[in-house]
Amino acid sequence: MKLLVPIKRVVDFNVKVRVKPDGSGIDIANVKMSMNPFDEIAVEEAVRLKEKNIATEIVVVSCGTANCQETLRTALAIGADRAILIDTNADLQPLAVAKLLKAIVAKEQPQLVILGKQAIDDDANQTGQMLAALLDWPQATFASKLDVANGVATVKREVDGGLETLEIKLPAIVTTDLRLNEPRYATLPNIMKAKKKPLETLTPEALGVDVTPHLVTLKVVEPPKRRGGGKVADVAELVAKLRNEAKVIP
Amino acid sequence: MTILVLAEHDNSSLKSATSHAVTAAQKLGDDITVLVVGYDAASVAHAAAQFAGVRRIVHVDAPHLQKPTAENVAAELLAVIRAGKYTHVLAPSTAFGKNVLPRVAAVLDVAQISDITAIEAPDTFIRPIYAGNAFATIQSKDAIKVITVRTTAFESAGGEGAASIETTPAQAEIATAKVVGEELTTSERPELTSARIVISGGRGLGSGDNFKLLEALADKLNAAIGASRAAVDAGYVPNDYQVGQTGKIVAPDLYIAIGISGAIQHLAGMKDSKVIVAINKDPEAPIFQIADYGLVGDLFDVIPQLTAKLSSP
Ligand SMILES: Cc1cc2nc3c(=O)[nH]c(=O)nc-3n(C[C@H](O)[C@H](O)[C@H](O)COP(=O)(O)OP(=O)(O)OC[C@H]3O[C@@H](n4cnc5c(N)ncnc54)[C@H](O)[C@@H]3O)c2cc1C
Ligand SMILES: Nc1ncnc2c1ncn2[C@@H]1O[C@H](COP(=O)(O)O)[C@@H](O)[C@H]1O
Repeated sequence: MKLLVPIKRVVDFNVKVRVKPDGSGIDIANVKMSMNPFDEIAVEEAVRLKEKNIATEIVVVSCGTANCQETLRTALAIGADRAILIDTNADLQPLAVAKLLKAIVAKEQPQLVILGKQAIDDDANQTGQMLAALLDWPQATFASKLDVANGVATVKREVDGGLETLEIKLPAIVTTDLRLNEPRYATLPNIMKAKKKPLETLTPEALGVDVTPHLVTLKVVEPPKRRGGGKVADVAELVAKLRNEAKVIP
Repeated sequence: MTILVLAEHDNSSLKSATSHAVTAAQKLGDDITVLVVGYDAASVAHAAAQFAGVRRIVHVDAPHLQKPTAENVAAELLAVIRAGKYTHVLAPSTAFGKNVLPRVAAVLDVAQISDITAIEAPDTFIRPIYAGNAFATIQSKDAIKVITVRTTAFESAGGEGAASIETTPAQAEIATAKVVGEELTTSERPELTSARIVISGGRGLGSGDNFKLLEALADKLNAAIGASRAAVDAGYVPNDYQVGQTGKIVAPDLYIAIGISGAIQHLAGMKDSKVIVAINKDPEAPIFQIADYGLVGDLFDVIPQLTAKLSSP
């Protein structure tokens, strides 16, 4: 069984981003970039399925600028077999990414696509669901446990009230949540080996996909600053302030 | 504007998240339809009919919709959208809404706009990006706007209306996905996203057992209990307690963060709370920068004192 894992290159989760002074977007010049953390979890899960001999091949794909090659190499070092870059400078929105991935699915014919539940830059939480709809495949989003056997994926999902277990017939889409696994670090020998693994480059034009944005960003601003930093000396003062000043407790 | 709102419910009562999405709909216009997809859910349809501004309830009832999958809810939404002329399709930005709406948008070949916090114009919305460290104003070029609504950014809708209820037959079941089990967290406490007071614990609690300290305090304040990712990952509390960028968004009158350092991913889920209290033994913890009342101290001393103090005013 072949697995496809789409990965996004994003600003590292530890970076506190700054809004550009002209309000046109986020300043990402000279900012540390990494693989979207949920996608690291997706790659890890794919590698585990291969280690259990359930998967035979793992293909990773990233849509974006040539810099995404670095992110793809990281995925190859974790254990993916092959990488595809869809090279474009376009502003890619989830619908466009889903269409590009649909074209890759048509070409690669995977049985399972594992995506992150959410990219931590746009915080959209859409691409997996959109891909599932475009392919007319079943989906199991926000996965915290995944088992695959006999053409069925059994997935525990993190929902608002707790957990839900879903059975989906393959081919299918799964999106990862934080508790699915703890991704391993790539070892130096594996990083060296990853350099020799195949990385193919395609373009939206070659795939015949229109990636024109449907949404226009008019401006980006910083959130209002919260005035914090107040301190109280002890529990008595805290209770008094909450009662008499903030008036939030009786 | 003709607006369709997807109701979230458990077949007996409407989830409060829905009423916030209805408020967002009211800001767009007064021609509002609410879709109720479920099984034996007449009481939900009646509850939804009470919202001011809602003209029509479309109620689809069938056994396979009791715990419906995203595939089946999306199919019902698409059928209603195709039968009507809607300019906007809204759902709360909950696990349920996020699961379903992108599917609908993709089939309609339109963008989906996630987690809006304000409506500037019928085609222009504000939404947080980068864990709420920036807010983007987004204009949609699509004929139908498919939107999830951040519930904390819109008030709960009032009840004055008397909408008509239309029952329509369900679409054919899509059986490629099936719900086969559920482990729901049961609690007598207020629901996390709608509670007036939230008490959250982090890694500083040290164990699931120690969350009992927070429960005693929560009992006094009729508060909900939340947690940081670290506390959930460590197995102290269930996943649905997680507050943050990738968990639940809360904005209560009072948020008490206990043994939580204040990573940006946590702040993203609680920094719109009216009053924030932080209790942490590290005076440098970033949580203090956004707290109205910070108390530097060991939680194992402070929390029992606080609980005792609240019982004897
Ligand atoms: C993709 C991604 C998504 C994430 N999403 C979320 C999210 O949605 N929500 C979230 O919360 N996090 C999220 N995180 C994790 C986040 O980055 C932090 O790791 C996490 O919030 C830290 O949790 P914590 O504050 O409980 O733990 P720590 O950072 O370890 O802090 C523990 C705190 O407890 C204090 N403490 C210890 N003992 C005591 C004591 N006895 N008395 C008083 N204080 C004490 C310490 O001083 C410290 O400040 C996410 C991370 C990633 C990468
Ligand atoms: N540009 C991209 N290239 C590859 N995968 C992507 C891209 N954008 C999004 N994805 C995938 O879709 C998931 C959800 O992203 P989003 O819908 O943008 O929150 C990510 O975790 C990735 O798995």
